[in-house]
Amino acid sequence: MLDLSWLLIAIPLAGAALLLTWGKESDAFGHLIATACSAASFVLGAIMFVELLGRDAGDRSVTTSLGTWIDAGHFHVDFAFTFDTLSSLFVLLITGVGTLIHVYSIGYMAHDERRRRFFAYLNLFIAAMLCLVLAADYLVLFLGWEGVGLASYLLIGFWQHKPSAAAAAKKAFVINRVGDLGMALAIMTCFAWFGTSSIAVVNDQIDTVSGTVATALGLLLLWGACGKSAQFPLQAWLLDAMEGPTPVSALIHAATMVTAGVYLVVRSHDVFDASPTARGFVIAVGLITLLAGAWIGCTKDDIKKSLAGSTMSQIGYMMLAAGLGPAGYAFAIFHLLTHGFFKANMFLGAGSVMHGMNDDVDMRRYGALRSAMPITFYTFGIGYLAIIGFPGTSGFFSKDKIIEAALAHNVWVGIGALVGAGVTAFYMTRMMLMTFFGEKRWREQVHPHESPSVMTTPLIVLAALSLFAGVMALGSWIEEWLEPATGHAVHHDPPLPIIVITLIVLLVVAAGVALAWLAYGRQQPAAEAPADSEVSFFTRAGRAELYGNAINDALVVRPVTHLTRALVWGDGKIIDGLVTGSADRIGEISGELRKPQTGFVRSYALMVLGGALVVLLGLLAVTLA
Amino acid sequence: MMLSLLIAVPLLGALVVALLPRSEDGRTARYVAVGVSILTLVMSLLLLREFDLEVGGYQLTEQHEWIGAFGVHWALGVNGIGLTMIFLTTVLTPIVLAASWNDKADDPGRTNAYFAWLLALEALAIGVFAATDVFVFYVLFEATLIPLYFLIGGHGTGRRSYAAVKFLIYNLLGGLLMLASIVGLYVLSTQQGGPSFLRADLAGLDMSATTERLLFLGFFIAFAIKAPMWPLHTWLPDAAASATPGTNVMMVSVIDKLGTFGMIIWCLELFPSASEWAAPVVLVLAVVSILYGALLAIGQADLRRLVAMTSVSHFGFIILGVFAFTSTSMAGSVLYMFNHGLTTALLFLVVGMMIARRGSGLIADYGGVQKVAPVLSGVLLLAGLASLSLPGLAPFVSEFLVLVGTFSRSIPLAAAATVGMVLAAVYILLMFQRTMTGPLNERTSTFRDLSPREVGALAPAIVLIIGLGFVPQPLLSVIDPAVDPVIATVGEGDPPQRAPLDLTQQTEGDHE
Repeated sequence: MLDLSWLLIAIPLAGAALLLTWGKESDAFGHLIATACSAASFVLGAIMFVELLGRDAGDRSVTTSLGTWIDAGHFHVDFAFTFDTLSSLFVLLITGVGTLIHVYSIGYMAHDERRRRFFAYLNLFIAAMLCLVLAADYLVLFLGWEGVGLASYLLIGFWQHKPSAAAAAKKAFVINRVGDLGMALAIMTCFAWFGTSSIAVVNDQIDTVSGTVATALGLLLLWGACGKSAQFPLQAWLLDAMEGPTPVSALIHAATMVTAGVYLVVRSHDVFDASPTARGFVIAVGLITLLAGAWIGCTKDDIKKSLAGSTMSQIGYMMLAAGLGPAGYAFAIFHLLTHGFFKANMFLGAGSVMHGMNDDVDMRRYGALRSAMPITFYTFGIGYLAIIGFPGTSGFFSKDKIIEAALAHNVWVGIGALVGAGVTAFYMTRMMLMTFFGEKRWREQVHPHESPSVMTTPLIVLAALSLFAGVMALGSWIEEWLEPATGHAVHHDPPLPIIVITLIVLLVVAAGVALAWLAYGRQQPAAEAPADSEVSFFTRAGRAELYGNAINDALVVRPVTHLTRALVWGDGKIIDGLVTGSADRIGEISGELRKPQTGFVRSYALMVLGGALVVLLGLLAVTLA
Repeated sequence: MMLSLLIAVPLLGALVVALLPRSEDGRTARYVAVGVSILTLVMSLLLLREFDLEVGGYQLTEQHEWIGAFGVHWALGVNGIGLTMIFLTTVLTPIVLAASWNDKADDPGRTNAYFAWLLALEALAIGVFAATDVFVFYVLFEATLIPLYFLIGGHGTGRRSYAAVKFLIYNLLGGLLMLASIVGLYVLSTQQGGPSFLRADLAGLDMSATTERLLFLGFFIAFAIKAPMWPLHTWLPDAAASATPGTNVMMVSVIDKLGTFGMIIWCLELFPSASEWAAPVVLVLAVVSILYGALLAIGQADLRRLVAMTSVSHFGFIILGVFAFTSTSMAGSVLYMFNHGLTTALLFLVVGMMIARRGSGLIADYGGVQKVAPVLSGVLLLAGLASLSLPGLAPFVSEFLVLVGTFSRSIPLAAAATVGMVLAAVYILLMFQRTMTGPLNERTSTFRDLSPREVGALAPAIVLIIGLGFVPQPLLSVIDPAVDPVIATVGEGDPPQRAPLDLTQQTEGDHE
């Protein structure tokens, strides 16, 4: 069974193709086909995972090739896929959470007239994402990489009649393309130095090239990762991406696609092992994004945007862990998985709330929803406990590991990660309080109600996973499982005993919770957001997403716009002007030459006379001289 | 004989269509024209079967003395490059004819002329791609101007006379320079053993460095105008804005390829040292074309001009791959010519269908079309994604081969060209956003979606774009053997691997 990786991809791809080409008659059951395709892929993935479990640790990687994709000149790429310990976890996450979100969407998108198309895009996304994580070659990975970008584009802009959605979709694709520039150059670098873009070969032989090349390759890969994972400085698209339907935000912009950058770094771990400089950049990017995302999360009143800020921040944690090298890879993946569960859970929970609140996303108009939507409340609450790292939940284990490893690496990095944990507790408590507690601040005509069971069932499953996924850390199972793919982890002792660190983390988290309660629990939040002029710089900057868009506009968008206008003008006036201008000059000269040709015999006779005189004079001159 | 026949069939078809009695609705002419183009396609497929991939070099050759006194021969033959281009021509023509079905609905009396000129253009294009005598090449190369002149000037819209004259003069100017070079070649060959225009004879001529460079420039400038390469591109947007969609496809997808085709087949092979001498400048101009064309595409207000400017950018990639002198990038360039032909055809045709419905080429006149015409919008998006080289679609393979090959020659040039990837996303998605998304306006709300005939006409291009994205090998295996001899002639061959040699053997295994 382990050589069936391609089938994992082919099933949802076929589903997407079928739904996109089938006519209206499939509107009634298209969503069921898509869900079945996703589920089939999950079942196959689970069977393959079990089979992999049964193998010896050294034997847990199976690469199968479907044959040649490209063979021209010296360039050769196979359609090859690797099912190993790392990709198998992703397969389960993508198809598992993916299937739950398919099910949820059946309810969420029930009244959308283009529901079949929505499910086709979801299937397309699953296929592309599986291609990304299963690829054995960077170019095949790139196929999935841009494929998920396309699915993301289509789904963010799914409600295309909304100009804001269309603009957000384009923005996401373009910024991702900027990241893909790095990816593409990384692949070219692989080819120029290794003669291949096979992931295994490049990583095997990274030691044969100079440190500069390894660093360059690492930085190019990180550049790509920043685009896809919305990490600083390519983070500006993620908050706008919340224009997409909420299940999309849960699947693509929280649980799976945005974590692809972390996957890329971990998958290319030999490259990063070979370059401490590149690792340093990974840590820096992770730390900056971790704090920036948390900052934004504190200030947004839009529940989805606040969650999106949180996603940035949590992926920052993963990046940070991945940048720590062998000590951090497994923890990065561990946090990626638990985050996939609890963040998908909370996004779907937010979708459930919006479903009950006429699609309002403003938390200032929520409040006291815990009794109106009990299932949503309890499942969201579990996600909340997991993300703040409440002892015993999955997030507690996964985040603690990263903070410990960060402290062991460098005290300041560790303190940064610790501060992030406190801020996370603050903004999540704020969200919890504003949404489910306090007094009703509902608008008129709003009658919150619990969502149908097709939506709540996935919530319950995801809540259970958020609660219990910590078992993966038992006896360091996750580290040992990933060892064949990420190398042996060498742990340095943190500066303090682990139990002390855990206690400090809990203290910081408790402080964050308490602060949030003081600000949003003890007193009622205002039903209208205070104007920008009334709030502190901290809030203003957070609301403006730390001026990321303003910076992009000033540095890139406006200059390019001006340049484009200038070039369009210059193309007509200067370049074409030279051409048409010389044509005009020729025309003028011809006009001048035409003038003597008057048609009058007398003027011709005069010219003949003149010419004869000139000749005569010339002859005379020659003879006399 | 097969190649002559392949030229003769559409040419005779054009004659028949032109002479057919004018009917009320022009149906007969359309059916005959489409029939002839399909027959040509079938014949070109038979040609593919006759072609031996293992052998490489020129095949299906034929040679008859034409003008003995000047040593002119009617000589034809193709290698993998020429074959690919002929195949592009024969595939696109039926698509264009089927998509142009109603182009003359308002003027049925001239249907015959319109379809006859299109068929004649196909015949001439095949001839240029197959010619192995430079005189025949020149005559046919210039002859393609005639049908295009009439198609733009006679059957176009807007400022069509201005566009047609500009097109004609600009291209004639290039042709004259090439003629001068051909005369030079004639003189040289006469001095060195008797007049001949055959490729094989010309390739062996001795010439001084200066002579070679001058002769090279005559050919190159003609090809750069045709391609079109910055800064010789300004005739294209005007022509594209005035021509019918079908004409645009034949012009940009097929005839403009004569430029890049000529660069490989004539410039590189006849003047290898001069090509090497010019390469640094040409490479920079190619990168300028890529970025300049893309930036101008972003700034265009008219759909057809936008597509024309994207082509300037794409031709930049093709020229970059050719003059990087690596087998990878050149194979990529030849594949790029085919893929760009398909993609641009789809773009021009679907944009043409939009303009036929809305009566305007201005992007600002659209909006929200996706809601009323989802199929049309989907096809436009697919064509656009192909144009921005999304992996999984055909143009990605060729663009990446060009870039990866160029990278092994020059990292800065490849990196600068890769920026074109981002700009392509901007020009395509901005256009899509403005035309297809947002609220409907009163003029677009009555927009009809594609009819089954229109879908049927476009379907082959769509299938090929997706199919060749995943399975490009059938074409690459035709192209690849033809590229190696060119690389062996020009430059110092492929650049060496940057890592130690033993790695290359390990990684490339039995391949190579």
